[in-house]
Formats: sequence, C-alpha cells, structure tokens
Amino acid sequence: MGSNKSSVQNVPDVQELIQETGFSASHLQRLYERFHLLDRDQMGRLRVQDFEAIPELAGNPIGDRIIGAFFYPGKDSVDFHDFVRVLAHFQPTDSNTKRKSEEVYNSPNRKLQFAFQLYDQDQDGKISRAELLQVLQELLGIEVTDEQLQSIAERAIKEADLDQDDAISFEEFKKSLEKVDVNRKMRIGFLS
Amino acid sequence: MSENQEEMEDVWAAVLWGLRIWLFLIMSLIMAPAMFGFSLGISETYMTILVKVLEWATLKIQKEKSDEQSLKTSASYGLIQREAGSMEKELEELRRSRPKPPVGGDFTLSDCLYFYRKGIESIVEDEVTQRFSSEELVSWNLLTRTNDFQYISLKLTLVYGLGIFVRYCILAPLRIALACIGLTWLVIGTSAVGFLPNSSIKSWLSEWVHVMCYRICARGLSATIRYHNRENKPKKGGICVANHTTPIDIVMLCNDGCYAMVGQIHGGLMGVVQRAMVRSCPHVWFERAEMKDRHLVTKRLKDHVSDKTKLPILIFPEGTCVNNTSVMMFKKGSFEIGTTIYPVAIKYDPKFGDAFWNSSKYSMVSYLLRMMTSWALVCDVWYLPAMHQQEGEDAVQFANRVKSAIAHQGGLVDLQWDGGLKRARVKETFREQQQKKYSNMVVGDESSNSD
Repeated sequence: MGSNKSSVQNVPDVQELIQETGFSASHLQRLYERFHLLDRDQMGRLRVQDFEAIPELAGNPIGDRIIGAFFYPGKDSVDFHDFVRVLAHFQPTDSNTKRKSEEVYNSPNRKLQFAFQLYDQDQDGKISRAELLQVLQELLGIEVTDEQLQSIAERAIKEADLDQDDAISFEEFKKSLEKVDVNRKMRIGFLS
Repeated sequence: MSENQEEMEDVWAAVLWGLRIWLFLIMSLIMAPAMFGFSLGISETYMTILVKVLEWATLKIQKEKSDEQSLKTSASYGLIQREAGSMEKELEELRRSRPKPPVGGDFTLSDCLYFYRKGIESIVEDEVTQRFSSEELVSWNLLTRTNDFQYISLKLTLVYGLGIFVRYCILAPLRIALACIGLTWLVIGTSAVGFLPNSSIKSWLSEWVHVMCYRICARGLSATIRYHNRENKPKKGGICVANHTTPIDIVMLCNDGCYAMVGQIHGGLMGVVQRAMVRSCPHVWFERAEMKDRHLVTKRLKDHVSDKTKLPILIFPEGTCVNNTSVMMFKKGSFEIGTTIYPVAIKYDPKFGDAFWNSSKYSMVSYLLRMMTSWALVCDVWYLPAMHQQEGEDAVQFANRVKSAIAHQGGLVDLQWDGGLKRARVKETFREQQQKKYSNMVVGDESSNSD
C-alpha cells in the first residue's frame, strides 16, 4: 500500500482525533498510512499477527506485552482509533500547551499509568510478586536462574513497597519513579 | 444472406491486413533494431516527451498545492527520530537516581520504560516492514495506481485520461506482443543453437540469441537502461551479484552481456524456457530437492566457475525482492565459492513506473501486466570493481562488505535484516540476544556464566 496515498480526508473522524490525542493532522495521516501498511489482510483492523510481523518488535523481550496494550480486554483486533490512542501516550508532554488538563494521554500521570498497566496485567491496581516475576522472566529469559529471579523480585518489592502489603500500588510505583524524567523517557520523537 | 457474408469477409480481410501491417511495423521498427543492436530513436523520443509531460504535471501540482500544508514532502523522510543511545547508556540514565544495591541484582521498575519506548518506536516505524511495499513518490506521476484521487485541474485530468488511453490501448498490446515474440524467439533460437556442435561459433551465436531476446523484452517494457563503469563488467569464471528488486533485473543486466543463470527448474512455461536456454549454453538449474542440499549447490557453482569458458554466474544474494530503497542481508552461499565477485548496483527511477515485485500482493502475471501499463522503466546499472575475499575475512564479512559497496553506489540504505522476514518470523535468537544484553546489566557482576 506504500504508493497509494491516503489523504487526510481518508482518516476517519480526524478532527475528533486531533482534539483527543493531540496529534497534528499530518502526523495522523502518516500514522494512518502506517496502520494500513501493517494491516496485512486489509481488514481495517490490526490483529496480533500484524504486530508480531514487525521484526524489531518480535525481538523485544516484552514485545508481546506491548502488543497486548493495544487490545481492549475481550477484543482481538484494533481499529485506528485504539491504535492512535495508545501511541498518544508517547507524545512529549509539553506539546499540547493548550490542553493542560490531566486527561490528556501524554500527561506525566497518564504516561505512568500506562507503564503501570503494563506491569499490572490483571488490572487490580497492584503489581503483585507474581506479576513482577512474570516481567522479569520475560526480560531475562534463560539468562538467570530461578533463585536469581526470586531475589531480584524480592529486592524490587522491598524497595518500592512502602505499606508492606507485598505488592506495589500505583502510588508506590509513582514514588519509585519520582526521580525519573518520565516525559523524556516515554516519548517518541515525532518529526514535524 | 450472401451480401452479409461478403461484408463479413471484407471486414475480416481488412482486419487481417491491419494485423499484417501492424506486425510488419513491429518487426521493422522494433525487432530489427533489437536484433542488430542499433536504435531508431523512437524510444528516445517517447522518453523525452514523457519526461517533459511529467515535469509539467509536477509543476502544476505544486502550484495548486503550494498554499496547502505540504504533506507529501515528508513522504520520503521518517516519521520519528529514534533515540540514538544504546541499551547500556539508556538504562544508566534511568538508574542514575538510585545507588546500586549490594545484592539482589540491579533491576529497577523504571528499566521497563526503555523497552516500552523501543517497542512503540518499532510499531510506529521500523526499518524492515517498509521495505516490502512500494517506494513512496514525491509527486504524482499521472498513474492511477499512485493517485490519491484529488482533483487538481482540468488540464491535468485530461492528460491523465489521455495517459490511460495511451498506456492501456496502445502501449500495452504492443508490449504484450513484443514479450511473446521475445520469449518465443528465445525458445526457438536457443533450441536451434543447441543442435550445433560445441564450438566458438556456437557460443557466439548463443550469446547473440540471448542478447537479442533480452533486447526485445527491454523494448517491450520501454526500458531505458544507463550502464556506468562498463570497464568493470563481469568476466567469465566469476560471479556477478546484484541487489534484487524484480525478476526484470535479469532483463536489465542481460541487455549488456551474457550470464549464466542459477535457479530452480519450474514447471509450465518457465520450465520450457529454462530447458531451452540450457541447450545453447550452460546454466545452473536445480531440481527442487537439490536446492536444499547446500553442499551440492556449492559444488555445482564451483564446478561452473572453474571452467573458464563458461559465462559468469548471476546471483541475487538477497534471495527475495526488496523495494529498491535498501539492500538487505546477503546470503553467504555465493561468497563461499572462492572466486572473483563482480558487484552490480541497480537503481530504478520510480517516477516512470514502480518496478518492485511485491510477491505477496501480486502474482507474476498481474505484476507483468502492471509493468506493461506503466509509463516506462528507467534504471541505472553500475558495474563496481571486482572484489575478492580477503585474508582473515569470513564469508559473512565478505558478503557485508560487498553489500555495503552496492548500497553506497546505488544510494540505497544498507540493512542487516534478512529479506526472508517478508514471510518468515524473526528468529528466537534475536530476542535472546536482547535478553542476554539486559541480563548483563542486571546480574552481570554476580553471574558466573557471563561471557
């Protein structure tokens, strides 16, 4: 589909998306073209296989987790709106000076929420020891022994778990990352 | 009744006469020059007119769109700018705020942010997926297939409509006829030459027949080929390697010389052509089962190149068609033979027609029809100086060196990715590499199996 241009008129509900996500019209058009490129069977929706076909993503240790972030629970395909909404989290915080509310996708709080949800797969508001072990398993694979995994998870929880409930809540998560420049680290450099 | 019959016969006779004249025109204006290697200047005139028309169209479009935000100028550039840092550097930055803990590994919750970002970056833009679809054009080239259906002006639409008529009703039938004639002649000619006893006359005739047919095919696609550095042309006993965009690459290269082909024997029409070709001069055809046996393949190639009377072998080490904006990983097989490698870079000009064969989207037949209804095919062919495997260099390094030279000459992006990713999944090893790298940063100091 690369040489078939889709103009901004083809992007569905473009004005609504600009308002909601803060992407410019030209960015939305480019993302729409990208969406079509990934959509191998041209259904207008992306499935897990379409994401998995990206070689770099397949090599990312937590690639499957990131793919999962696009899919609402119970749904097995993603439309363009969902696609763009997730990507909106990775815009620089300062790009929408007009929309300073907490509701925008790329506020520091929303970015942290997004990161938290990638850990907290069962969405119960806490990162349990099991969930942490799961992530560590994905990141480290066969490179570490089970004991090492356990000890890493143990220390990570001890460090972050302030109310001693053996899990990390969102507030504790935020506190643990308070010195990190979240805006810079969770940002994609969209060229204008 | 008989009047009707007579009318029918008259019409029929007229049609036959028309066909005869048309064929005669083709033979004299196109085939004869192709056979004997001279040019009547018809193609050149066509190309000059075409270039002028496209330039005019580009100017017109730019004028109309100058007040609109120019969305297309960013088409050839990336959407995002990637962070240049390595995993080590980025994770260092993320962890700067904490003192390193004495025990329990150096992991922090913020480590994941690095992987999230890289993952999202690759979803928005990655180096590989874009290579398997056609190159984007900077400006519309008056073809339906590259249009975004925006009405620009009446004149432009008229030219566009005229273009459709010319391409589909005049050029396409002509080109199809030429292609058929070219192929038929190839089969007949090579079979005929095959009856001769082996001698220098046979080789000379065989080369002549091959080149002639490829020239006819090139005319059949309105191909304009510019050869550069012809002093570096591949010689016998060597292997010619080139980047692969389309099966038509073969036509482009063989217009200027003779090569021995390598490949799998197919059934059907392809098989007929292949079997005929091999009668007049040695090509390297394999049965399907034989292709899996790497030693057998290597041996046959070695045997071929060691016979200095045989033509240089033509190989496309990428193994698959890529969209001519980049060069993907070269398979090392041809670089293990141990003979001189003659690299060739081929770059098509996408303005006149998109040469890339997207085999997952188009079958061979529909692809050829698309080619025949494009404006023309314009390409540059650069012959690069011969290369040899150096001391201490293994086949993979040698392959990469040749690949870089080709990419550099053709103005293409040099990628390490395997073109086979068009269909296959990336191997597990890539993910394992990332895990290994990361684990070095987490438990590297205390782990005893870090190497």
